Amino acid sequence: MSAVAIEGVWKYYGDYPALKKVELRVEPGSSVALLGRNGAGKTTLLRIIAGLSKPSQGQVRILGSDVRQERARRRIGVLGHGISLYDELSAAENLMVFARLYGLPDPRKSALEWLERTGLERVRDGLVREFSRGMKQRLAVARAFLHDPEILLFDEPFTALDDRAIEVLQKLLSGAHAAGKTIVMSTHQLKEALVIATHVALIRRGEIAYAGERTQQMADDTGWLYRTYEA
Amino acid sequence: MSSELRTAEAGAAVRIEPRARPRTSLLAKIWTITAKDLRSEMRTKEALNASIAFSLVILVLFSFAFDPSSDQFQEFSGGLLWLVFSFAGALVLNRSFARETQNDCLDGLLAAPIPAAALFLGKAFANFALLIAVEVVSIPVFGLFYDVHWAGQFGELALVTLLGTWALTVIGTFFSALTVNLRMRELMLPTLVYPLMIPALMAAMKLTTDLLAGTPINAENVFGLKLLAGFDFIFTLLSLVMIDTVLVG
Amino acid sequence: MRSKILLALGAVCAGLLTWDFYRIFDMLPDEANQGAIYRIIYIHVPSAGTAFTFFTIAMLASVLYLATGKFKYDAVSAALIEVGLVFAGIVLVTGSIWARIIWGVWWAWEARLTTMLICWLTYAGYLMLRRAVEEPTQRARLSAVLSIFGFAEVVIVYKANVWWRTLHPGPVLTIRNGGGMAPGMENEIYWNMLAFVCLAVVMVMVRMRQEEIAREIDSLRRMAHSY
Repeated sequence: MSAVAIEGVWKYYGDYPALKKVELRVEPGSSVALLGRNGAGKTTLLRIIAGLSKPSQGQVRILGSDVRQERARRRIGVLGHGISLYDELSAAENLMVFARLYGLPDPRKSALEWLERTGLERVRDGLVREFSRGMKQRLAVARAFLHDPEILLFDEPFTALDDRAIEVLQKLLSGAHAAGKTIVMSTHQLKEALVIATHVALIRRGEIAYAGERTQQMADDTGWLYRTYEA
Repeated sequence: MSSELRTAEAGAAVRIEPRARPRTSLLAKIWTITAKDLRSEMRTKEALNASIAFSLVILVLFSFAFDPSSDQFQEFSGGLLWLVFSFAGALVLNRSFARETQNDCLDGLLAAPIPAAALFLGKAFANFALLIAVEVVSIPVFGLFYDVHWAGQFGELALVTLLGTWALTVIGTFFSALTVNLRMRELMLPTLVYPLMIPALMAAMKLTTDLLAGTPINAENVFGLKLLAGFDFIFTLLSLVMIDTVLVG
Repeated sequence: MRSKILLALGAVCAGLLTWDFYRIFDMLPDEANQGAIYRIIYIHVPSAGTAFTFFTIAMLASVLYLATGKFKYDAVSAALIEVGLVFAGIVLVTGSIWARIIWGVWWAWEARLTTMLICWLTYAGYLMLRRAVEEPTQRARLSAVLSIFGFAEVVIVYKANVWWRTLHPGPVLTIRNGGGMAPGMENEIYWNMLAFVCLAVVMVMVRMRQEEIAREIDSLRRMAHSY
């Protein structure tokens, strides 16, 4: 059973197809870098995988169940463009809200545990509004990992992060990868993505132009992939 | 284009364990949403303070619009009260889903394992509580300013107020969700919401006027109560059915 | 094909309207109590019928859009509501003129008039919502939801108004219960209704085509921007 199975997904905005019959299977334990230019459809596809948007045709299965089913959503951790945290709540309160929504047995304990792992235990009662950008980002990472998801979906995770947050995220991601979690991340920063990617999928104008294992060639010459398949 | 991403070793080595299903009831999740909304509102009290202040301003303005000591006042006192509720309430309802656009919070909630309908109910309950809070302040002030003995039929008045407020809440919360991503959100919400609220407001105004004037619920105006209950039922149901369509596009 | 139907229907409609107006203004006598002004009913009632029919079909089309995701239902519903709104406007204006002459006031808060006004406001909101949403799929989805809510509300308003306002009966013209209309006069209403529906259908078809073209332009624009 695939961790993520994208089956003939089309997405239309009016008559304009943003995604054209996307087929992609991500096996458990693999780590996929979803590459492509701005506007190629990376975010659209990732939002559909995360169940934040419905495909016009086709469907997405997460470990065999439809992504809009609760069972599937419990197993994915999403980090999108925004941090999805409430400014007026404290760090601990924010995590506890999500811990409760995910039905974790001890919301308080999980929240404190993840605050510690992301180096935020000192400010656990501080309001998110007062946090620096980097702290907010680390908290957002904690929120995505909080319920120990089997599949991690990250949209441009490295774009807005500061050094410390990138470090935290890289560490967590390689830990998750080592633990056999599945990772799908969209990015146009090939370098950071290829550190942990086992596979690469390139989207061009709403279509999968290339999908396959990560090769040494891609890492050595970051322009190669685009030159070969973007034309 | 079809593609298969498979790592021989990874695919074989990783086994997905069937996980014990967390036992969190839907009610607990709804309450989590309600508590979250109320807590973040109570931190700043932005919407609540604005709404209460606005309701007081409207109550004062009314005294210039007509002669509060005239006998005719009895005939439209209920109408005034509901105008206050619906105008001041709009400030609370407007904030409801707008709160979720900051930091893309809505995405976080929609990705979580909670049905959109439960999300809607959680937010609606929070709005309901805030609207009731505004009303609890403005009804006594109204009674004081205009010499209205509102507590005479307290039980009936409370029932009408609760039913009417739920009607405002359901429509307001639903359309707060519907307009959340529009560029003219603040303009769109009142133009869409007030016409839709008319049947409920109509019934609530008439019943409240009767009750304030000392007329009990009788054979003639009980229709208003049925109308309110029916309105609440129909639009709660419609909202619960359609909220997923509205939020996940 | 479609433009031929459009032309044919337009021709039928023009013929019908000419014939109807000839009969209404030249053949039919003045009404005993109201005099010449009663003729406004031949505009008023068919317009109301057209508007309510269109709003109902628009609601059904909206349900179909949400069920199938096919844009033609969105175009149908948008066109029906826009044209329906024009006819609802005619109802309000003609009703008002008639009321001024017969009742002596421009407006009376009478059941059907009130319902029509609230209906007009609700569906005007629908058109405003369509303007506020740029992305066609989102626009179709949100406006379909509003059309369903609006319809439910209009039905409730009508029921409520009939209950309350007619408890204190005003001089409401009843057609069906033989409220003083001669059969010849009454039949003409139905003929004109047919003509109005024809006219409205022609307008709806034109509007639908515009909707389709607008969507195509939007998609071309997106395509141009994506490269």
